[in-house]
Amino acid sequence: MALSIVHRATGIALYVGTLLLAWWLIAAASGSAAAYSNVQAFTGSIIGRLIVFGYTWALMHHMLSGIRHFVWDLGFGFKANERETLTWAALIGGVVLTILIWIIAYAIGGVR
Amino acid sequence: MSASDTPKRSMRTPLGRVRNLGAAHSGTSDFWRQRLTAVAMTLLMLPVIVVVMMTLGSNQAGAKVILGSLPVAIIMMLFIVASAWHMKIGMQVVIEDYVHNEKLKLVSIMLNNFFSIAVALASIYAIIKISSGV
Repeated sequence: MALSIVHRATGIALYVGTLLLAWWLIAAASGSAAAYSNVQAFTGSIIGRLIVFGYTWALMHHMLSGIRHFVWDLGFGFKANERETLTWAALIGGVVLTILIWIIAYAIGGVR
Repeated sequence: MSASDTPKRSMRTPLGRVRNLGAAHSGTSDFWRQRLTAVAMTLLMLPVIVVVMMTLGSNQAGAKVILGSLPVAIIMMLFIVASAWHMKIGMQVVIEDYVHNEKLKLVSIMLNNFFSIAVALASIYAIIKISSGV
């Protein structure tokens, strides 16, 4: 499995994505309520939702893939079947967690 | 100690001096901090998701109340520090792997530092501003 490059790619995406996090916090701190509405208008748009959805997945995948690396750092999971299991767990787990988070977000009515 | 630190008198070979320091010339400290911040973020992940969920659907005034509360502000600032540090190290590894021109590499690493610190400081300042109600 060539998943290490996905770990790296999601890491780079998350790096750029911190601009969105910073924009959101700065807008919240701003003196104008319109600044915050602009962020909401963007994240609520189709493009914005796709970006935030992609960001959610990148974050979940990178975290699980990172835990996988951490298990290896500790000296476990090096057998062929263990490596495969860890890799698939990160792949599937990332998608499942992302969908779960978005279901909860829609369920609490936040995403209008 | 002082005698061995003097370059001309050093008994260490040039190879001995650079061994284990790696491409970053800083040894294993970045390796350790990368893991430290990764574990920190993994522990903070659930609280941060809860905070973001809480702010969904509320306007700026509502978001200010949530982000300005003490536990939320602390959770967010810890997460921002860990993520900025983590991504600075991660991007530096990527730069060292792919940028082989020495000058371009130094400029890239410098810009990486500027970006990571700027994003972290701007985000932290925003949270402090919200918390203090200025």
